[in-house]
Amino acid sequence: MDTATTNAIEIRDLVVDFGSRRILENISFDIHQGEIMVIMGGSGAGKSTLLRCLLGLKAPTSGHIHMLGTDICHATKTDLYKMREKMGVAFQGGALFTSMSVAENIQLPLREHTNLDENTIQIMTRIKLDMVNMLPHENLMPSELSGGMTKRAALARAIIMDPKLLFFDEPSAGLDPITSAELDELIIKLKKSMKMTIVVVTHELESVFAIADRIAILGDRELIQIGTPHEIKASCDKRVIDLLNRTPRESIVDSDAHLKRLTRNAQS
Amino acid sequence: MKSNIRSENDFDVLELSGEIDLHYSPELRELILGSLKGGKALLIDMSDVGYIDSSAIASLVEGFQTAKSTNLEYGLLSISHPALQVLTLTRLDQVFSLYDNVEQFQSQF
Ligand SMILES: Nc1ncnc2c1ncn2[C@@H]1O[C@H](COP(=O)(O)OP(=O)(O)OP(=O)(O)O)[C@@H](O)[C@H]1O
Ligand SMILES: [Mg+2]
Repeated sequence: MDTATTNAIEIRDLVVDFGSRRILENISFDIHQGEIMVIMGGSGAGKSTLLRCLLGLKAPTSGHIHMLGTDICHATKTDLYKMREKMGVAFQGGALFTSMSVAENIQLPLREHTNLDENTIQIMTRIKLDMVNMLPHENLMPSELSGGMTKRAALARAIIMDPKLLFFDEPSAGLDPITSAELDELIIKLKKSMKMTIVVVTHELESVFAIADRIAILGDRELIQIGTPHEIKASCDKRVIDLLNRTPRESIVDSDAHLKRLTRNAQS
Repeated sequence: MKSNIRSENDFDVLELSGEIDLHYSPELRELILGSLKGGKALLIDMSDVGYIDSSAIASLVEGFQTAKSTNLEYGLLSISHPALQVLTLTRLDQVFSLYDNVEQFQSQF
């Protein structure tokens, strides 16, 4: 078997602006086939924006993204559609269709992209529901789900087509530790058994170090550092150290300054 | 995916090889259900199978259910490592009857 590293995704000189605001500047890195790449960075650092670019949902201002050999920034609609069949996506916020049950939500990609027999679709749906421990809840509507159930349903939908590439924005944010550990375990199993390349955006340090093969850290519009968990832990970059230590912001508040901030526009 | 089906006295053997994904699982389904319609037990040789996806597994599951409902033996023979990994992930390694050799399967009936 070929053991040389091949790149599932190549990002080159990526620049992203929203209007006149530059969000990402000259981002370049590779994501290897079969690895779990965790993208970290403070809130607003541009992690979700980077994911949207990788998915072809946001055109970068300049730069290139090659995914499984296809230049997705300059791909035709047909090529993009073909790429999407190989990608599974679970977005920040879940985004299940509210008018459909959990099972119907999960089946949707199969109905859109394949002509599989109805029995096959039903069994595939149940296999995936079982993988995320949601089989007992297949007939619930999205409004009846807890936060953790919503994430698990979104993951089941993301993997229904056995994608080569899985993108997951904030899988464990806001979940209890057990649910979050279960999701981590499942993500690792998907990599090992299904040979998926997985890109995860998360803030949860425990998850990061449980699942990551490599970590890319965004900040100040740039890629601050990329490396193995070991390398990231040993980083000397203050921004990386701060992110990992997560020092709570100003624990001692300068009361005068803070009072001024809060009352800046108030009339006295 | 490549396939070959041969008939023993009281059962069929379906030999599979290569990768089985969305594009081949409908064919796999037809092969399995077609064979079971003949009323014979079915042994599926998976020693040469590479990666299989969940649509292939769904076809195997539907076949198993069909065999059960018609009281036919149904087994998977010498599952390759990559296929077994996927079965394990979906906990189906505990559901199917797995055999190491044909004699083992024959001794079931
Ligand atoms: N559609 C948009 N229009 C204008 N600005 C946007 C848009 N989407 C994101 N931004 C801006 O881009 C920056 C990066 O946002 P993004 O959502 O990528 O951050 P993030 O790293 O995912 O943050 P979080 O951890 O809070 O999810 C933010 O400053 C945000 O205000
Ligand atoms: Mg985000």
